[in-house]
Amino acid sequence: MSSSSSSSKRSEWLLTLPSLGWLVLFFAIPTGLILLTMFRTADPSGGTGDGWTLEHVKALADPNLLPLAWRTLWLSGVTTLICFLLGFPVAWFIARSSPEWKNTLLLLVMLPFWTSFLLRVFAWKVLLHPEAMLAQALRTIGIIGEDTSLLYHEGSVLLVMLHVHLPFAILPLYAAMEKFDWSLLEAARDLGAARWRCLTQVFLPGIQRGLFSAAILVFVCALGSYVIPDMVGGTDTEMLGNRIVERTLSQRNLPGASALSFLLMAVALLPLALIALTLRRSKPAPT
Amino acid sequence: MATLVFERIRKTFGHHVVVDDVHLEIGSGEIFSLLGPSGCGKTTLLRMAAGFLKPDVGRVLLEGADMTDLPPEKRPVNTVFQSYALFPHLSVWENIAFGPRMAGASKGDIRNRVTAMLDLIQLHEHAQKLPGQLSGGQRQRVAIARALINKPRVLLLDEPLAALDLKLRQHMLSELRRIHREVGCTFVFVTHDQSEAIALSDRIAVMNQGRLQQVGSPSSIYSEPANTFVASFIGHTNFLDASVTATGVRLLNRNIEGVSLPNGFQPGDKARVSIRPECWKLADEGIPAKITEHVFMGAHSLLHVWVQDQSLTIQLPCDLARTMSLSPGTEVKLSFDAADVKVLSDVQ
Repeated sequence: MSSSSSSSKRSEWLLTLPSLGWLVLFFAIPTGLILLTMFRTADPSGGTGDGWTLEHVKALADPNLLPLAWRTLWLSGVTTLICFLLGFPVAWFIARSSPEWKNTLLLLVMLPFWTSFLLRVFAWKVLLHPEAMLAQALRTIGIIGEDTSLLYHEGSVLLVMLHVHLPFAILPLYAAMEKFDWSLLEAARDLGAARWRCLTQVFLPGIQRGLFSAAILVFVCALGSYVIPDMVGGTDTEMLGNRIVERTLSQRNLPGASALSFLLMAVALLPLALIALTLRRSKPAPT
Repeated sequence: MATLVFERIRKTFGHHVVVDDVHLEIGSGEIFSLLGPSGCGKTTLLRMAAGFLKPDVGRVLLEGADMTDLPPEKRPVNTVFQSYALFPHLSVWENIAFGPRMAGASKGDIRNRVTAMLDLIQLHEHAQKLPGQLSGGQRQRVAIARALINKPRVLLLDEPLAALDLKLRQHMLSELRRIHREVGCTFVFVTHDQSEAIALSDRIAVMNQGRLQQVGSPSSIYSEPANTFVASFIGHTNFLDASVTATGVRLLNRNIEGVSLPNGFQPGDKARVSIRPECWKLADEGIPAKITEHVFMGAHSLLHVWVQDQSLTIQLPCDLARTMSLSPGTEVKLSFDAADVKVLSDVQ
């Protein structure tokens, strides 16, 4: 008995080894390197100096970073929320369509991925440009004023973030709804639950995993945005991602960029930890 | 008074008539089976009783009140679904408590009622488990308890045993009978399995292609099938061509007297009769037959015989000394009682 269980344990280890190796090589080691870099001195010519210092960690206490972190957090949060509200009915609709329609609709959802991300953002810049048709049309019929711009503010950043991240909400929600056993809703109604309670008591718990993965995917992707605020945002829409790019490329301050990256990671981990706690608590409690 | 009445129901999906002019009255406390092959409309009827479908024509009455337009959540009937449809994120306890919780029952009331249901299905030790951790038979019992806790006037069971293996199915049949005795409410049971329906029901409605074929007790449906479909769907039988005479029927070149005829048959009419395999006997005088195959089944033997250019199946009780000598090629004489000749009403 013990020998067979130890051999099955060994084969389990062997089977997980490739993915474990991949994770260590491409995730754990790079993360560790960034962590270490954070405590090195900066070398003005790029790279890191030889010494060790806490200077960059202390620099995170800079009060100027606070509004930046806050903006990053709320823009990502609002993006997640709206993607969710828009994606939920779309995913529902696709999951309830006939098989032929399903494939067509899914293809349409994924179609934007076939275009380069940069092109998509640039297309928005063209579309929202003050001299472009959309802005002129809106100006003519008086919806926006003469000096209102559709570009270069938080609104335009949010709009493009929504467009880019919406599929990341739709796809996991769809995957969860696809697997959902719809007869459970009939059972709930049969037992006296009105439609709203069917949704909150049976449907949402049933697609819980999809809800969380949609939220995490959109939120984490949105947190790291820097191209979108850079291209369609203005001077006051800088996010943590932009500051990291600036530290790395313009200021050639790798340790500073590393420290900021860790700040961003902390911002991202906070909601994840909350979700993990909720998931653990949602297991049935003994009565 | 009838508890549940399907009043002249008709239902079509597109151009397909699924239920065609079905009228059924189900009595209080009955176990009533809707029996038929898949696509015969039995599940459609059940879903109309539950409120998931509306008839195109006709009404569904519960204790005299029209509930055709009531949504499922407002109907005092509950369903045991074919796949059980237990809520996978809720424990056994919470699944059973779902109904009273939706009805806004107090915590103490819910606790008492769930405990009573767990007594009924004898699953106390599994109350905290999730449905995924239960066996098929246990899930089935939870589904029954969850549907019974709201004290429905009628419990609707949609092929509840289809997902279980043979042994468990037989056990669940006796469980269902016990539960029915204890709660006493009306059970409407949908199945395509004639042996389940016969074993469980007080009355059976046999359906085919959206139409009622026969309604009656299991024994009357088995022994007095109304038409060819019922005779062939319930058990095995032999069909024979016959003609009606003044005193009975003529079949296999013999006049059989004392056969009861359905209404509308005149002497000289062509008829079709059913004689069950177990109604045949070996006799010294009778119809000559030649055995073509002998299948030993343990308690009985099935003999395939050739009688006047027709192949028949007869079943003889196991009398080892006598029946075992009946090998293929043996010539025998067969007889049957006139009372076992069932004239079918649909072929004239």
